[in-house]
Amino acid sequence: MTTPSLGFRIFRGVMLTVFAVYFLLPLLSMLDFSTRGHGDEGRNWGAWRALVENKDLREAIIASLLLALFTVLLMIVLLVPTMIWVRLKVPGMSRVIEFLCLLPLTIPALVIVVGIANVYAWVTYLFGDSPLTLTFAYAVLVLPYAYRSIDAGLAAIDVTTLAEAARSLGAGWLTVIVRIVLPNIVSGVLSAAFISVALVLGEYTFASLLHFDTMPVALTAISKSDAATAVAGSLASIIVVSILLLGLSFLSGNRAPDVEGVKE
Amino acid sequence: MSVSDLATPAPVAGTPPAIGAGRRTSLGSYLALLPFLGFLLVFLIVPTVTVIVGAFRGEDGGFTLGNVRALTSDAALNALWKSILLSGSTAVIGAVLGAVLSYLILSLGPRSLLRRATLSVCGVLAQFGGVTLAFAFISLLAINGVLTQALDSWIGLDIYGSGWLFGLNGLIVVYIYFQIPLMVIVFTPALEGLRPQWREAAVNLGASSSQYWRQVGFPLLTPAFLGSMLLLFANAFAAYATAAVLVSQGNPITPLFIRSALTSEILLGQANLGFALALQMIIVVAIVMALYALLLRRTARWMR
Repeated sequence: MTTPSLGFRIFRGVMLTVFAVYFLLPLLSMLDFSTRGHGDEGRNWGAWRALVENKDLREAIIASLLLALFTVLLMIVLLVPTMIWVRLKVPGMSRVIEFLCLLPLTIPALVIVVGIANVYAWVTYLFGDSPLTLTFAYAVLVLPYAYRSIDAGLAAIDVTTLAEAARSLGAGWLTVIVRIVLPNIVSGVLSAAFISVALVLGEYTFASLLHFDTMPVALTAISKSDAATAVAGSLASIIVVSILLLGLSFLSGNRAPDVEGVKE
Repeated sequence: MSVSDLATPAPVAGTPPAIGAGRRTSLGSYLALLPFLGFLLVFLIVPTVTVIVGAFRGEDGGFTLGNVRALTSDAALNALWKSILLSGSTAVIGAVLGAVLSYLILSLGPRSLLRRATLSVCGVLAQFGGVTLAFAFISLLAINGVLTQALDSWIGLDIYGSGWLFGLNGLIVVYIYFQIPLMVIVFTPALEGLRPQWREAAVNLGASSSQYWRQVGFPLLTPAFLGSMLLLFANAFAAYATAAVLVSQGNPITPLFIRSALTSEILLGQANLGFALALQMIIVVAIVMALYALLLRRTARWMR
């Protein structure tokens, strides 16, 4: 490839800087805003301390973290065995499963919320009125992203041969799934888990309209009286989510050379 | 289920299933999918069907077109128009700027660290919507915002105005923040798929750089570009959280109109209006996504 001209390189540098400033400015302003302090007091971390000290907020943050954990568990329990099973025993269903998994991309979360009232009346009846019941709705929400990650993991290995080998040595189906295939698709499952956590920590539509106090809902509530704390909480969640998602891109970036056998 | 089942090769389309016992096994195999399918039925299909049926059901439970007719009220039409305006404008602006950014990133060359870093950051920012994004812009542009105060004390410029951030204009500015990175994510593969050989071939035939772009590059990229733009449109149209936090009064866009239909306890029959509005949303997004899939297939023809 030819080296770009000097003029283009200068233009590119300027443009990339403009983009960088545009994307960084709101984030930096959150840091400034959240440490500004009330009234005349100087710069301090009071708004950040409130994240732990405010009881409602603390409970909401814990609820969101638990929700992320349970959503990942439910997603893995539902999706991984199903996807392995489809590959091994009923490949004819793979298009149907793929279609169903990607469906939540086309049906806005808001639409599901509008129609889910009856279902949640039953969920509340069976499991009580805890925010953790949102796990079910969130498992649907993360499905398309989780499906793609796990599918990429499964595509990278020869599931059929592995399963045949294990079965001919006398392994049961549970053993095949849990002890043979699962360890081989760990990076795919891990990607799925990361993106699920990221989505759950930021989810607002379901929680606010079904009246459950998760972190984003609590931050919105507190923003009316204490904007600095709301901004601090948002920045904290952005940092956590960014670390997860950057870790994810690192994971998938590292997987490619293994498959190809060569590094660029 | 036995080892011999596995020994048979994966069924090719048209191959009859294994004899006798095999058929019973395959029925059992389908049963193993039941937990997953049952879960989706309860938490995805039932709510969606509830919306579709509810849109045509009156207060008394009977069939009615009243809810759908309510969609043509001035308020509902106005919200739909504003929604389309918001999604359309942010899709166009996001697509153009995103395409420029992905061209700049790709021109850095495949080994560039900056290129990998920018793509990773775009992956993060494309997911960065909702409550947190609203607060980011409030901390930047609201009346006490960092930029508002800085510009006011430096040059006496008032960018807060009369609170435009909390209306439709504010939504446009905020949505663009996640639309550009999403465009970079979905458009970069297509841009990357333009083979350098095609350019060399064009140059060998005597084409100038602008001729190459006008007659080869842009026509090839058009379906991918339009498809990405549609995806951005659907993305903005379905977004709710950012707008819900930013706009606390009035219902400028359809998602907020749905919110007030859901939470209103003053007006009777609002729940059914909510169903009708949600159905409208399904239809718009479904049309857009169908067109997207169509354009994606055209792009796939030359992208390997």
